[in-house]
Amino acid sequence: MPFEQLLVEGLAMGACYGLFGLAVVMIYKTSEVINFAAGEMAMFSTFIVFHMLTFYHWPFWAALLAAFIFAAVLGALVQYIFLRPAKNPTLLSLIVITLGVEMLLMGFASWKWGAEQQEFSLPISYMVTYEPIKGFVISQWAVAVFIIAAIIMAFLYTFFNKTNLGTAMRATQQNKHAAKIMGINTDRVFAFSWGFSSVIGLVAAVLLTTKTILDPQFMLEPFLKAFAAAVLGGLMSIPGVLIGGAIMGLLENFFGYAWPAWKPITAFVVIVLVLCIRPSGLFAKHWVKKV
Amino acid sequence: MDMKRAYYEDIELFKSGTILFWTIVLMVGLFTLPLFSSNYYLYLFNLIMVHVILAVGLNILVGSTGQISLGHAGFFAIGAYATVLLMTKLGIPFFPALILAAFISAFFGFILGLPALRLEGPYLTIATLAFGLAIMHIIGHMELFGGRSGLRAPAMNIGIAQLGWNCTLTTDLSKYYLILIITIVMVLGAINILKTKVGRAFVAIRDSDIAAEVIGINLTIYKTLSFAVSAFYAGIAGGLFAFVLGFFDPITFNFFLSIYFLVMIVVGGLGSIMGSIAGAAFITYLMYALFKNISDIPYIGDFIVNISQRWLSITGIDNLSAIALGLVMIGIMIFEPMGFFGIWIRIKKYWKAWPF
Repeated sequence: MPFEQLLVEGLAMGACYGLFGLAVVMIYKTSEVINFAAGEMAMFSTFIVFHMLTFYHWPFWAALLAAFIFAAVLGALVQYIFLRPAKNPTLLSLIVITLGVEMLLMGFASWKWGAEQQEFSLPISYMVTYEPIKGFVISQWAVAVFIIAAIIMAFLYTFFNKTNLGTAMRATQQNKHAAKIMGINTDRVFAFSWGFSSVIGLVAAVLLTTKTILDPQFMLEPFLKAFAAAVLGGLMSIPGVLIGGAIMGLLENFFGYAWPAWKPITAFVVIVLVLCIRPSGLFAKHWVKKV
Repeated sequence: MDMKRAYYEDIELFKSGTILFWTIVLMVGLFTLPLFSSNYYLYLFNLIMVHVILAVGLNILVGSTGQISLGHAGFFAIGAYATVLLMTKLGIPFFPALILAAFISAFFGFILGLPALRLEGPYLTIATLAFGLAIMHIIGHMELFGGRSGLRAPAMNIGIAQLGWNCTLTTDLSKYYLILIITIVMVLGAINILKTKVGRAFVAIRDSDIAAEVIGINLTIYKTLSFAVSAFYAGIAGGLFAFVLGFFDPITFNFFLSIYFLVMIVVGGLGSIMGSIAGAAFITYLMYALFKNISDIPYIGDFIVNISQRWLSITGIDNLSAIALGLVMIGIMIFEPMGFFGIWIRIKKYWKAWPF
């Protein structure tokens, strides 16, 4: 495979990881929870699209819209039912709760739709390709990924900087108690950020199914990679996670081309090495530590 | 609850006559258990004890030192593969192979402990997670380790074949006694580690690593030591697991196994040895036995099968154990973050002042 091809493919994959990493960062930014269930929440919502298409024969856009609503409700519900009642949670107990949600959703999805791979086709294809510049072959899928990632990025940027809700979310992240005193309903902000993150996760998952397959475990590996990308970007910064995702995708593609057998782990190993040098990621702004 | 008046009282193995009595009852019960249970339950007990060894070791790392590990399946795999390969390729007898494998695992634990010196929280999580995945892929891609098709454990010969002493354990019953003795030794070891200077250093690091450093605890040594000890336990457990199962492949040691291990100690109670034993037993039972025949469960079994046929798929009913595990994880964290150990403490406190 030529160099240009690997570059484009790697960037497209990286944009997917970055997009999905955004879902992780959104939650970490507001509530400092690492959401291990992000992958399974996105998987479950993708299965809703699949279910609507296959069993009820809805048109694609209607199915997608239904899944968007479902994803938003699911995210808010998970926060409301499982995370809010936890009293004075530590990092470990939050991790265990989200892992529990992951097991729960994965169990339900495998129970409902079975563990086998499903047929799931989108209006965008991986096979249709364009060649805008000589040598750079770009698939329809990659084009869609770039456009959607750019739209969501631009939207998030304006959202966090220009709207009241975005400002409230940033304020909650900086100091929960001060935000409460200022009249922000922090519980609602948390629920909202979970719902929002779940929708972003769904977008990333739908894009990823086109490239891979649809079964209850299909989001496990992308989630781990997106999480790694988010950690690389510092878990707090939104441009950071996209750059982290791009690095992840490129590393995976280039190393994967050189040593195909080791493709799944090269990126992880590199990230651990990077973390040893910069323990809080590449773009983290601060590293506060108190006794 | 009860006051310690001397250092000696703090390091005693049995705090009171009651504890000694019940410990003896438990030991007698465990040693005579094969008289009243079937072969399948012996197999289950072997699995439980293997998980007990691992959970006790993991609790030293997570509960006592406060480091998070999502990669313990990696150490477990190293223990299993190293024991079997040392026995089959180099012809080393069982016990030296098991201990050597545990030391190999401890060495990897030491290596993983090095980045842990600088990382914490989410960053440590991703590093340990990456370690677990890397081990799984490495053993899956190298011919030496049997590749994807896995390895078969040799006959469990605990004698020394070179000297002509052969003592092959073939039944679950004989394996049960061997694993039981090893488990007791390992648990005693863990209880005693936590009572020494090293154990107190671990606890100090958990409570605040900077404060621990200030009072003269060498973080580099004790954090890596904690990883190494924990990996040593995982190595022993892995070596025994190989023989309980008899056949294993890289997929056995996947990411979910690391989650199960973490859940065992969290459900049992962080930092408590008895808690990790209870947690390991409960989670193993839940994973392997409780939902084996769903329609046999009293009262709700038929109901679940009906729902499954009507609304969901009939083949996927095995996933009930995953759902139950998820609910247990969430429930424990919401209602009793200290796990079984916390429940036990609450009951004890209640009865202590009972009439009032």
